[in-house]
Amino acid sequence: MKKRCNVHYFPSAPDISVIHFSLVCVWYLSALQQLVGVVGLEIHAQISSNTKLFSGSSVQFLAPPNSLVSFFDASLPGTLPVLNKRCVEAAVMTGLALNCTINKKSVFDRKHYFYADLPAGYQITQQCRPVAVDGVLTYSFLGGRKRNQVMRKNVYIKQIQLEQDSGKSLHDDVNSQTLIDLNRAGVGLMELVMEPNMSCGEEAAAAVRELQLILQALGTCQGNMSEGQLRVDANVSVHRPGEPLGTRTEVKNINSLRYLARAIDFEIQRQTEVVQRGGAVLNETRAYDSKSGPSPSTSCRFMPEPNLPPLLVFEDEASLPAGVEAGQAVLLCTLRAGLPELPSVRRDRLVQTYGLLPEHSFTLVNEDGLMEYFEAVMKGTSRDPRKVIGWVTNELLGLLKQQDLSVSHSPVPPAALAELLELQEAGRISSSAAKQVFQEMWRSPGKAAPQIIQERDLGLVSDDADLHRICQKVVDSHPDEVRAVRSGNQKVLNKLMGLVQKETKGRADPVLVRKILQEKTS
Amino acid sequence: MTKMLAFQTLRVVSLEILGSPCNLLANNVYSITKRCSLISLQSQILRPLSSHQHNPKVPKVPTWEPVPEEQLPQPTKIPADLVDKLERLALVDFRTKQGLECLEKAIRFADLLHVVDTSGVEPMDSVLEDRALYLRDDTVTEGDCAEELLKLAKDTVEEYFVAPPGNIPLPKREERAAILRHSEF
Repeated sequence: MKKRCNVHYFPSAPDISVIHFSLVCVWYLSALQQLVGVVGLEIHAQISSNTKLFSGSSVQFLAPPNSLVSFFDASLPGTLPVLNKRCVEAAVMTGLALNCTINKKSVFDRKHYFYADLPAGYQITQQCRPVAVDGVLTYSFLGGRKRNQVMRKNVYIKQIQLEQDSGKSLHDDVNSQTLIDLNRAGVGLMELVMEPNMSCGEEAAAAVRELQLILQALGTCQGNMSEGQLRVDANVSVHRPGEPLGTRTEVKNINSLRYLARAIDFEIQRQTEVVQRGGAVLNETRAYDSKSGPSPSTSCRFMPEPNLPPLLVFEDEASLPAGVEAGQAVLLCTLRAGLPELPSVRRDRLVQTYGLLPEHSFTLVNEDGLMEYFEAVMKGTSRDPRKVIGWVTNELLGLLKQQDLSVSHSPVPPAALAELLELQEAGRISSSAAKQVFQEMWRSPGKAAPQIIQERDLGLVSDDADLHRICQKVVDSHPDEVRAVRSGNQKVLNKLMGLVQKETKGRADPVLVRKILQEKTS
Repeated sequence: MTKMLAFQTLRVVSLEILGSPCNLLANNVYSITKRCSLISLQSQILRPLSSHQHNPKVPKVPTWEPVPEEQLPQPTKIPADLVDKLERLALVDFRTKQGLECLEKAIRFADLLHVVDTSGVEPMDSVLEDRALYLRDDTVTEGDCAEELLKLAKDTVEEYFVAPPGNIPLPKREERAAILRHSEF
């Protein structure tokens, strides 16, 4: 009888390769089926204008409650909307800047929902036929492993529509009531609806930043997220590539770019975990303020606005029909001609003019005022722009970020930095000494570079005899290192140079020092 | 005979009340006696009470005819879910038998629009679509009337209007059916 052996099955060589292969397959398939996030943004940009969209009351950020409210804004009976020409021009300019098709005829609708800060019970908007459709926003961000590669991406814009803002509600939980301030009710908004082309928080934040820069350059919106001038709602879902889109949730009440990226990534993570556990994502609105406004437009009733005829936009004066005065008409050719330099064009111009790398021009345009600072410095120095850029994006920006200052609050004005760089260019100080001087200029604003150089005796030492003496001293006191250099280890030479620089407090001309040391150690 | 008496009374009454020219009324009264159709009788009784002359653009007899059922699409049935959704959107209670019948009749009435042939006709939202939309200058002309506006509200707190807290959600369908059953409707 055969003895039954309790031998654990140990796979033989061919079996191992089979197991390995199937493991690889499983890994490959699971990588293919990785859940990815899908992000679509809906952005409300408050139009920068003197008066509201349909009434003549003023638009201001802070004002006594209900002091900027007209009878129409309070939706008293017998009032009618009268469209503001500036708001139309703002929407059309934004559409042109984002490569949209401008609808020559657009129509206003009423979107009905009940909420205390919407006194009329409806909002006048342009759901069906808005003023601009089918645009594209090209945005860039610094990616790659070292975060220094400019990656360009596109997000498609479904439509841009004009609509009214609602009032503000303050929740008084103590007395179980809501206080309504209608100052904001009726202010003109541009709603930008984007296609869900993005996949993570970083991309969304970069897209919004680019939009902010564009709107600020156009002057159509000041884009201040913390003041509510730019409000972003993100629709987030997860799915496996190739499969249909998953259920989406809406993330609202985001008032900074950083928070936007974090909230979106958090939501993608949360949904991924839910799906991986086998659960179902609920279609809901996730906000940190539970008393945010009503749910999305699927639960609102729409009807055409009966008090407003269609909005007509014309190509040029020649195409104006009889009876329409030029002063009354919005002309595309005039607006197109009046578009200012957009951020992407500006970045390209900087690269062309100064020979900068794309990532540098990206940083210059991204930081408010930095490009102007850089150009002002360039005016005052003949130094190579590629060397100046390092000063601006590293030294200056580094210190500004450390102390949380904006460029306009920099203690060192562009002219002073230019002066310092000129001195360096002329050979009066070494680069390490220049950095020290810069630090000192930062600490004591108003002190000019030459003064500091003189005070701290940081002028470049290029006196031959002096340098020889110091180098000799270093060589004599470090025989081991000298021997190492003689035997071929060049790196030790740098150590010797460092020692010399320490002796001279960084004032020695590095080129000369190297030459002398090489002579002495050869 | 009684008809003649009725007209005479009307004539007297109308002359006293309205003081309209006598011969005009006389014409109307005599035209009634000539025609003697029930519909025109009703409209002619009313007309002596009106102070305006008969507008020639208004037809003297109704010109419409009821549309046969075959020409209309299927009558719409409204499911309970839709009733619930509409009640939430419009904040109107209409789920009683009477309310639903009224809604169905209204939809049936609107179905008459399907009979009209609109092929080749551009859709229109309003008859004023060809008017120019007036564009206003961006200068401040109104506002600064907080006091006047606040006076219109029942409750105010320090220049703010007062509203109930948040949006009070409607109870679920079953709960609301129970509420309605117990109400007076």
